[in-house]
Amino acid sequence: MIKYFEVNKIFSITSKAPKYVLILFIVVLTIGLIESLIFSPEDYKQSHSVRIMYVHVPAAWITLGIFSSITFLSTIGYIFKIKNFFLISKSLAPSGLIFNIIALVTGAIWGKPTWGTWWAWDARITSMLILALFYVMYLLAWRIYQNDDKVYKVTSLITIIGIINVPIIKYSVDWWNTLHQPASINILSKSTIHSSMLFPLMIMTAAFALFSLLIFLMKYNTELIKIKNKGLDRL
Amino acid sequence: MISELLFMNGYGLYVWSAFAFTLFCFASLYAITKIQFVKEKKKFIAKYGALNPKRASFAKSQGTIKEILSNTSNI
Repeated sequence: MIKYFEVNKIFSITSKAPKYVLILFIVVLTIGLIESLIFSPEDYKQSHSVRIMYVHVPAAWITLGIFSSITFLSTIGYIFKIKNFFLISKSLAPSGLIFNIIALVTGAIWGKPTWGTWWAWDARITSMLILALFYVMYLLAWRIYQNDDKVYKVTSLITIIGIINVPIIKYSVDWWNTLHQPASINILSKSTIHSSMLFPLMIMTAAFALFSLLIFLMKYNTELIKIKNKGLDRL
Repeated sequence: MISELLFMNGYGLYVWSAFAFTLFCFASLYAITKIQFVKEKKKFIAKYGALNPKRASFAKSQGTIKEILSNTSNI
């Protein structure tokens, strides 16, 4: 099982994949943009401002997904001493942070015409800001302890503490009275969003997921080459 | 049709700025990641080129190095 996680085997795949992922991303993003900006209907209450949802919601979903994946990989990597899992986590983090920033900024842009303010210290928005701080701490830890074995312990600890915030983000709109609206899409119960809006939302989510995959592959390849550069120094 | 798409009942500025910010973030992150990748690859090729033939053949026998050298096309 472990042999499938060997760096050589993984590199042979990750070095070839980005160009195909980039083409697929451009195609899916183009369809998503046309659907969300032209074909999807306006909302009866929020009018055209609802279109911001097509970038805000996928960004929020993906940043939460990436942080959960980083925590899972770091924990498993620390327990079973699989360094490659840390490398995967490190390569996932930049796109996670960018999606977090996109969710916060587009949320603020949506907030102005909807609530009349760019920012509120609301439970959902504040917990998303805290998640961004955890991403920053995680990436800073890699910079500070780059040549030290301590980095594995520190980054695992940051993600384990940070993951406590993820269910808080998810349920903040149910636990507290917030300006932020409750979830319109539920996996376990019926969604309250119309299919004409759900379709572009899913396309944009797919495009965002492809972009995070593309950045992950490029970053992962860079990290592998960095390791090999260090190896050549020792020859 | 075009003015409706641009102004969106007065929400155009908000909608377009949200989409523009998202695309700007995508382009920036892609550019930064690509620059880092190219920089590391150039460094690798320079270091590999500076090795003597014996060390170079030893380095080439390692799987990932073979992959890096064979995959000369950029992302």
